[in-house]
Amino acid sequence: MSNLQGKVFLYGDNINTDLISPPQYLEKSMDIIAQHAMEGVDEDFSKQVRQGDIIVAGENFGPGSSRETAPIALKMSGVSVVIAKFFARIFYRNAINVGLPVLECRNIDDIKAGDVLEVDMGSGAIRNLTTGVSYQAEPLSDTVAEILSAGGLVPLLEKKFGDKGAT
Amino acid sequence: MKQEGVWAMGMTMAEKIIARAAKREQLIPGQFVWADVDTAMMDDLLGPRVVIAEQIKRLGNTIWDRDKVVIISDHYSPAANITQAEILKFTRNWAHEYGIRQYFEGIGPCHQILAEKGFDRPGTLLVGTDSHTCMAGAFGCFGTGIGSTEMLGVLVSGQIWLRVPESMRFVWQGQLQTGVYAKDLVLKTICSIGQAGATYKVMEFAGSCIERLSVDDRMTIANMAVEAGAKTGIMAPDEKVFSYLDAIGADKGTPVYSDADAKYCYSAEFDAAVLTPQIALPNEVDKVVSVTDAAGETIHQAYLGSCTNGRYQDLQEAAKVLRGRKVCDSVRMIVSPASHSIYNRAMRDGILQVLSDAGAMIVAPGCGACLGLHSGILASHERAISSTNRNFVGRMGHKDAEIFLGSPASVAAAAIEGCIADPRNYLQGVLV
Repeated sequence: MSNLQGKVFLYGDNINTDLISPPQYLEKSMDIIAQHAMEGVDEDFSKQVRQGDIIVAGENFGPGSSRETAPIALKMSGVSVVIAKFFARIFYRNAINVGLPVLECRNIDDIKAGDVLEVDMGSGAIRNLTTGVSYQAEPLSDTVAEILSAGGLVPLLEKKFGDKGAT
Repeated sequence: MKQEGVWAMGMTMAEKIIARAAKREQLIPGQFVWADVDTAMMDDLLGPRVVIAEQIKRLGNTIWDRDKVVIISDHYSPAANITQAEILKFTRNWAHEYGIRQYFEGIGPCHQILAEKGFDRPGTLLVGTDSHTCMAGAFGCFGTGIGSTEMLGVLVSGQIWLRVPESMRFVWQGQLQTGVYAKDLVLKTICSIGQAGATYKVMEFAGSCIERLSVDDRMTIANMAVEAGAKTGIMAPDEKVFSYLDAIGADKGTPVYSDADAKYCYSAEFDAAVLTPQIALPNEVDKVVSVTDAAGETIHQAYLGSCTNGRYQDLQEAAKVLRGRKVCDSVRMIVSPASHSIYNRAMRDGILQVLSDAGAMIVAPGCGACLGLHSGILASHERAISSTNRNFVGRMGHKDAEIFLGSPASVAAAAIEGCIADPRNYLQGVLV
């Protein structure tokens, strides 16, 4: 997996799925859902985020609903990776399955909003290009790395089940 | 009931269920396994319309076992607008097109319907596209919420990868006092470990208090396990569970029980007798205080319903508080029984009449107000007390609205006073 580079959007602990992907937009198209990403915690997020940007958050990112519109909305907004101290279980699985890279890293308290990070998904090495400080995230498990490398669960399943179809 | 199967010693019931599903005798927490799914449930919100309908065509366009798939349209029913109506139509048609005979619509939140239709079988693995699928743990069933893409994988393969979770044990001994309920017990439990305290783990509930509770009450507890981050909340299936299943003519599954020497990563014991009514303050489920510490906080809406607390017993307890009394003029009280059958029973028994006489609006069974989709959305700066499971920012409507969570009796007491109030004052006949 290649290196990622982007500007940091910084959030706190317990950023839940109702904040990331508010329920009132779930009946709309995915484009509209993505336009309202993070609205519950940061109304300017979708206006300011650029392709490749990075979310850095505290503990327990993504608790709540099983809605994978949460990771999809972040991915569609251009977020290249979410780095948090740890993730809520369903969000973590969903992010992997839809191909949104996620890394767990504990000692990230000195990262500031607007810092530029370089992330090596293969090794979990994170370098803060603004401050020069380096961090080491938990490397991905083999199962997770395999799904992310394929671009998500569907491309992986396609290898297994794709040739059975009549389509 | 005797448990079936041959087990290596020292396993929790959750480990045994995953071991059976993964065709292994022994498992250790942290291990990755592929497990066979017994029941796959989709709802209208995150079911076929999200990813699944489109992508299944890339994956052979065939469902592994139609009889193990259940679709329940509950979030958008009855539809509030054309978009929601189209989603219901799409889901209904998709179920028909793919030959899913077990399709239900408009009869209540999916987790309650799974229970009533006999899908929460002891010892089985149930996955659903809704985070509160953990409610099935009340039956000793390993129920857990998954995303739509993950469900797509289950639909084509019948399998899911799982990391075997560690188990935490919560032992509640003794008897709850008048005016104190399963909801108070689970709020207190979540508060004790925090909203991320059980992340990726199983919460196993045991003790004489849990054994005394009805299956309905146990569902309230298991339902909220995900609010502490748990993969599921589970309890040993006993005679009450088997009677429940008997009464609906359901299969009893393959019950399993934790070994005496099972290993837990955490264990805590609580005394039910000293528990008071609990309230979760806005905007976090683990920000829990005794009702007396929140008393007087103004509310504009009182919501009684949902898969967490809209069952017959819940309506009955609220009716005890509201009988002969009136909902405060400044409050809208909305009641949504958790299923069609509960609605009918409460109507026959006069419970809905009591609630309606008090001034409550009775609305259809479903998920509507719980996550601000329809039937009771909050405006900016409005405050509600709700018997549901989540009080996140924006959950029931405007992001500047605030939600308090409590038991059905606490909802009823607040509806009368127009502010958070102690339900015990109404149940013991003593007004403070």
